[in-house]
Amino acid sequence: MNGAEALIRSMEKEGVKHIFGILGGSIMDVYDVLYDNSSIEHLLCRHEQVAVYAANGYAQATGKTGTCMATSGPGACNLVTGIADAMIDSRPVVAITGQVPTTAIGGDSFQEADIIGITMPITKHNYLVEKIDELPQIVKEAYYIANTGRPGPIVIDLPKDVQRAEIKNYNPPKTVVLDSYDPVYKPHPRQIQLAVKELMNAEQPIILAGGGIIISNASAELVQLAELLGIPITTTSMGKGCIPEEHPLALGLIGMHGNKWSNLAVQNADVIFAIGTRFSDRITGNTQHFAPNAKIIHADIDPSEIGKNVRVDIPIVGDARLVAKGMLEVAKEATKKEAVRLKKHTEWGKKLEHWKKEFKQETRFDSIPIKPQRIIYEVQKIIDKNPKSTIITTEVGRNQLWSMHYLNIRYPRNWMTSGGLGCMGAGFPMAIGAQVARRDCRVLNMAGDGSFQMTMQDLATCTNYDLPIVNVIFDDSSLGNVRMWQALFYNKRYSQTDLNNNPSFEKIADAYGAWGKKVERPGEIAEALQEALKSGKPAIVDIVSDRDENVYPMVPPGGILHKMIE
Amino acid sequence: MAEKYHLISALVENRPGVMQRIAGMFSRRGFNMENLSVGPTENKNYSRITITVSGDEKVLEQVVKQMNKLIPVLKVRELTEGESVRRELALIKVTASRADARTEISQYVEVFRGSIVDISPDAMILEITGDPEKIDAFVRLMQPYGIKELTRTGVTAIHRGFKSVRDSVK
Repeated sequence: MNGAEALIRSMEKEGVKHIFGILGGSIMDVYDVLYDNSSIEHLLCRHEQVAVYAANGYAQATGKTGTCMATSGPGACNLVTGIADAMIDSRPVVAITGQVPTTAIGGDSFQEADIIGITMPITKHNYLVEKIDELPQIVKEAYYIANTGRPGPIVIDLPKDVQRAEIKNYNPPKTVVLDSYDPVYKPHPRQIQLAVKELMNAEQPIILAGGGIIISNASAELVQLAELLGIPITTTSMGKGCIPEEHPLALGLIGMHGNKWSNLAVQNADVIFAIGTRFSDRITGNTQHFAPNAKIIHADIDPSEIGKNVRVDIPIVGDARLVAKGMLEVAKEATKKEAVRLKKHTEWGKKLEHWKKEFKQETRFDSIPIKPQRIIYEVQKIIDKNPKSTIITTEVGRNQLWSMHYLNIRYPRNWMTSGGLGCMGAGFPMAIGAQVARRDCRVLNMAGDGSFQMTMQDLATCTNYDLPIVNVIFDDSSLGNVRMWQALFYNKRYSQTDLNNNPSFEKIADAYGAWGKKVERPGEIAEALQEALKSGKPAIVDIVSDRDENVYPMVPPGGILHKMIE
Repeated sequence: MAEKYHLISALVENRPGVMQRIAGMFSRRGFNMENLSVGPTENKNYSRITITVSGDEKVLEQVVKQMNKLIPVLKVRELTEGESVRRELALIKVTASRADARTEISQYVEVFRGSIVDISPDAMILEITGDPEKIDAFVRLMQPYGIKELTRTGVTAIHRGFKSVRDSVK
């Protein structure tokens, strides 16, 4: 058995079912193995960036590790943005890259790039396989590290001579024990007790739920805890889907483009229980003025997140599900004795209910050009029909902001977006990964005309593998979010944000054998979306929308959370 | 809290690229590494890295946590002044052609328990070991004679008593 085959056999043992990738000279031996029978299906993409985002979408849709593959040099370098995206959003992704032979490394050889050096700061860990005997252990470790503790991307760089080298006794390890890596899952019981006590004594508590809830499958426990103690939940964009937004305790999104009531809730809270969130600047605004009256309980599996961005009064290190479960158990015991005390939270609830009514926003507009909110209204109707089996991905820009602000996603893992890195062009490939992982679901990608053009060539991948993803384009013929910032903060000096020479997306769809339609009237959106879904093909619904409609309310960058532009 | 120097001792896997990971993390996160020393330990699989970091307590906490996150890092500890022995070595090339200067320098070297490791018609190379403050003091004494070249190893340190950074490593 050679190294290439050992790699594939080890990946099969790790339960890998799909690889997203594109080959080249330095990874051909591995693809040669894939040519024969393997339980792994390889999906040929048109660009490595798509492969890595698709692996990310696959991971988000399932919780399993996504795998992508590329050749050395340009192939590996094209993965970089997607690896950085997986790092900042804590996605379990393993990227396998070919490398020039060990004897050629360092010689500035053809298609040689130091991908280990390049990806060191954007991976959870990475490996250059220098000796064939190390390969089985490295593959085992890579998949273990990627999807334990705080998940993250791993790169395995495999030189061509190692792929071709004979492995004498292929005997992959069954378990992994690492001296230097042992994530803490079980929270300290004393911290759990303290946290519950603090929440029960609070007058105006709030739960801030982040992506950690989705990653650790903690939604049920968290919602039960919130219900038991009567505490409202606001979510970050990564935490969306952990609680249905029609739930009386759901406040929806917080932060720069959050709901005004969510931001007011945080600013007026006396205790905040933040779980599985890293308090990004898009959540907190100016940290000096964030939640001025609140004691902060912060639970996270990554100890370095605690105290990194905001001051923390009660730190809890542990897995979000075990934290929520632990707190639920303690709270159940405690509430038996203190039922009276909890009534106070209903006053707080009334206040929030009042704010929710006062600041409620309309989405059903009939004007032409179409208001982007109307697109949301129509997509929501589609979600409402099959909330469990409809997955929404977004690109980055106003399409994303409107989607995360308004859409009601009722199930975890049915919402995915490039949150931390904000990668335009990530939504469509994530949709590809999600659709491959969950064939029974419908996947809609909320796209901008700018974002979509960054990865739209992979419509070919969709037609090739029958992935009937519907791309809903908020087509304002501009780089809309930047244009909005120019309008608000740069005196309407629209430098380089016009995309008036966009292609015909209908024709693009046609060229790729996909279904496409351009829509210019609000009344036609619903029908076009229905037809797109019915077509059974990958589709583009190109909705010409109002470029001057900005996303409000908004906290200006570095601003104070409750001082929103409306 | 005020900026100050913290000495961090880390036990790391003895593999290529570990220093790059640590140095890269420091520069990416804007931490200040004042000096460092690296070397083998009692176990051939591990190396010890001793880093002097400047910053307040919050910075120190983040440095320790972020270092711990790196997979090849086994253990990270701050070594406070009282609980650790710290040593650094300096090689100093001083200009010394006059006989009286040479005599004076030799006396200083003796007082500081250093040694003269090389001597030529115009210069002497002196070796001094001690905590960084002792070396600073010696360097100040040598300045009037003219320091032609100076090199320091960076601080290395170890826990006093039976305690060790390794405790709690499985």
